[in-house]
Amino acid sequence: MKVGIPKEVFAGERRVATTPQTAKRLQKLGFEVLVESGAGTAASFSDDLYTAADCKIVAGPEALWAEADIVLKVREPMDHPELGKHEAELLREGQVLISFIWPAQNKELVEKLAARKGTVLAMDAVPRISRAQKCDALSSMANIAGYRAVVEAAQHFGSFFTGQFTAAGKVPPAKVLVIGAGVAGLAAIGAARGLGAIVRAFDTRPAVKEQVESMGADYLTLEFEEDGTGAGGYAKVMTEAFMDAERALFEEQAKEVDIIVTTALIPGKPSPYLITEQALINMREGSVVVDLAAERGGNCRQVVADEVTVKHGVTLIGYTDLPSRMANVASNLYGNNLYHLLDDMGGAEGFKVDEDDDVVRGALILNKGELRWPPPKIEPSPQAKPKPAEAKPEAPKPAALAPTPKASSPKSSKKGHGHGGGGQAKGNPLWLVLGGLALIGVGWGGGEDFLDHFTVFILACFIGWQVIWNVSPALHTPLMSVTNAISGIIIIGGMLQIGGELSDPAVILGALAILVATINVAGGFLVTQRMLKMFQK
Amino acid sequence: MLPAGLLTVAYVAASILFILSLGGLSNQETARRGNVNGIIGMLIAIVATAVFILGGFEGAAPFTLDAQGLGVLAGAVLVGGLVGAFMAARVAMTSMPELVAVLHSFVGLAAVLVGLSSYMAPLGGHELVGSDKLIHEIEIFIDVFIGSITFTGSVIAFLKLRGSLSGKPLTLPGRHLLNLGMLLGCVYLGYEFVGHPGHDGLMPLLIMTGISGLIGIHLVMAIGGADMPVVVSMLNSYSGWAAAAAGFMLENDLLLVTGALVGSSGAILSYIMCAAMNRSFISVILGGFGGGAPAPAGPATPGEAKGRDDVSEFDVEDTVAMLREAKSVIIVPGYGMAVAQAQHSLSEVVKTLRKAGTEVRFGIHPVAGRLPGHMNVLLAEANVPYDIVLEMDELNEDFPETDAVMVIGANDIVNPSAQTDPASPIAGMPVLEVWKGATVVVMKRGMASGYAGVQNPLFFNENTRMLFGDAKANIDAILSQIRS
Repeated sequence: MKVGIPKEVFAGERRVATTPQTAKRLQKLGFEVLVESGAGTAASFSDDLYTAADCKIVAGPEALWAEADIVLKVREPMDHPELGKHEAELLREGQVLISFIWPAQNKELVEKLAARKGTVLAMDAVPRISRAQKCDALSSMANIAGYRAVVEAAQHFGSFFTGQFTAAGKVPPAKVLVIGAGVAGLAAIGAARGLGAIVRAFDTRPAVKEQVESMGADYLTLEFEEDGTGAGGYAKVMTEAFMDAERALFEEQAKEVDIIVTTALIPGKPSPYLITEQALINMREGSVVVDLAAERGGNCRQVVADEVTVKHGVTLIGYTDLPSRMANVASNLYGNNLYHLLDDMGGAEGFKVDEDDDVVRGALILNKGELRWPPPKIEPSPQAKPKPAEAKPEAPKPAALAPTPKASSPKSSKKGHGHGGGGQAKGNPLWLVLGGLALIGVGWGGGEDFLDHFTVFILACFIGWQVIWNVSPALHTPLMSVTNAISGIIIIGGMLQIGGELSDPAVILGALAILVATINVAGGFLVTQRMLKMFQK
Repeated sequence: MLPAGLLTVAYVAASILFILSLGGLSNQETARRGNVNGIIGMLIAIVATAVFILGGFEGAAPFTLDAQGLGVLAGAVLVGGLVGAFMAARVAMTSMPELVAVLHSFVGLAAVLVGLSSYMAPLGGHELVGSDKLIHEIEIFIDVFIGSITFTGSVIAFLKLRGSLSGKPLTLPGRHLLNLGMLLGCVYLGYEFVGHPGHDGLMPLLIMTGISGLIGIHLVMAIGGADMPVVVSMLNSYSGWAAAAAGFMLENDLLLVTGALVGSSGAILSYIMCAAMNRSFISVILGGFGGGAPAPAGPATPGEAKGRDDVSEFDVEDTVAMLREAKSVIIVPGYGMAVAQAQHSLSEVVKTLRKAGTEVRFGIHPVAGRLPGHMNVLLAEANVPYDIVLEMDELNEDFPETDAVMVIGANDIVNPSAQTDPASPIAGMPVLEVWKGATVVVMKRGMASGYAGVQNPLFFNENTRMLFGDAKANIDAILSQIRS
């Protein structure tokens, strides 16, 4: 089978879908690799290098598309400036195209491709499951973008990142604030730390705190209770009140930090507005803001996409082609992602578009012209790495876990113990009938006083019933010893019985009851206290 | 003189504090405040009642305590408080189950004493007549009945947990009939008891106290050691019901509310635990399970013929080498760790491993140990951070990606036959799937079976290594080697 690598046509795109190194790997899978002349030039891969790697150089896109069985690209097909026609029109019936497609935004393109009856897989639709991580081009590109963002910032920042004490004077270390700790954010933290800066990071998902701290950054917290964890490891849209609190936090931080890198993207939504004009005013002159979300409206409204501007003395960087600015490594990583996907699809020998394979099914947009997107939902990997760095049109939503019809407590899903009040009685009408009869019996025979007490009793039973479902199993022992101490309330009973002569047996019994009940009260509470003191994080 | 309404309000406050206390105990962050709430509630209740019987409230107090009575009250509280505090301060965390059991027995005893006392001197000293008297007597009877079962049952549970009595269930022939007979006897005595003028019913009441005590003994004797956590929590529930019955008897709403709270919460706790073991609540309470396979009717499984010669052993060096190489380790502790007091050394081992970058987690089975949450308490005592101590459900799917699993003194809770052998007595009980780990080291004293008396095929698995010996000694040895 022949794999064809055309030259990218998007203005300024330097990447190429396969490099000489990854071409070697593809050949090991049994593919023959065809490369359009000049395809890798912008990424510093000359035609000679490809020839040395046993690739066949083909002149012109039309010849290449005509000869290849599988076409690998970076950018989605678009109007070809030199040919004067759309790349989609080069697709043959049954030919396979693998590239970024963004099917949600490019409906027209998908229709065009469908008309050509080709098979199309989108690298941006590879599902985020553990097995597919090696094919996850979004993550590998986000990683580069995060790194490059810091490098771009460093270029426009007029000072060191590391603090220095020199004979000529003292230079304080740069302070970097990274907003959004997905793959890009974490890469940015790593790069900034590597240069010696003090790094702070913020993310709406509390779960990433550990990851942030593992990269050596401080995790900023917001005094606001809202969990931003959304589907598939992405963040979700937060409430307006939360956003206001967040913006206020950043305005405050802006007074201290020199560089802000924002990577906050929510799948399929305009990027959240985080950096206010006030924050820019608060920043020192000469500071830098890099907005990785500039393509989709930006986390800072003042940033202009694809441009470097200066506002209020702050350099605003809105490049949207950061991976392309590191075309060499980006092409290699992207090529590896493609290699893994082709490997997964069976290599040259057993190549097939297997719709039972979760990875292929997720990435598949068109199968011989038949629309296969969006794919059926699959279970998201619970450990899916949060990667909000690049926009993904449609994040895999978590499989609708049908809640089991239990009358469960708030924590039941987490603890698995919530079998719901009345679980035993449920579904057994006999119990209901018996309970009803017992109630009637009580109402018939009980005195008014008794019924008052009875009412209180039953209600208290239900409170106990409700309160206890929430208990975490680790606390069963302390809970038991505290309930035990509380049941020492029987001491009241003893106290009510000691009115009388000391020789009266009733008084003696009452006093004994007080004695043993106090042992219970004191022992129970103290031992609980002792146990709880030991529980520590 | 304070307005009488204040007493009611004080009781309401105490009830609310008790509810908050139980609610607070449901998670780690609020647990301590929960306990403090309980203490405050108890103080309010006791002080308010003391003021009440000292005649501090307006309206008709049943009696007014004189100086002598006050001395008795103060003396009893002081002595009881000191004894309780002493016990709480001295108890080792491994003996926590025993302590809880013995404390339950005190509540039962107190309920019996209050009941008897109340029969001899009904509240306020004036004789009741007609249906009021009947109801009062029935209430006394029930209070004493529950109290007595709680008392003797808890004592037996205490002795079993201490090891003074064998953990094996006592299965007398026709024990269900025996229980039923004793119960009917109690009902008959109850019929004899009510309706007598004065205190003439005392004799049937005392006999009934004895019989219900026997029921308590017999009930708990019939329950095997493995089910002890459920028994303890069930007795906890009984002690609550006893307090509630006393509340009816003394027409005291605080006793009523608190008793009902404790009673229902204990019942639910027992139910939760039974669900964790995949057992029916009724079958646990009726006993007969949990020590030695009760029905060896089926043909002996081939595993039963295997012994120590059929397993592969590890020594301490091998174990240390395995731990050093492993990137992720899961430790599954059981009662054996508690018995050997190995948690402190283990905590040090874990600290050392974590410093070296190994991911270490603990997997806790809901019924590991002899008390629900027993392992958590022990690990907390040894300063193991609670965020690496996970429940079975949180961790079970991680075993296939785990390099090394250490099972310390646990047996039934890691027995694969619960999933594979439908004839096994523990079939269907959820277990920690340790056998899916790359290497499993089982630390055990010998080849004895666990409390369920079931052979464990895990020991003979290809990826299982046995490390025999005392858990404490072995872990100490591992610690000293891993540090060097």
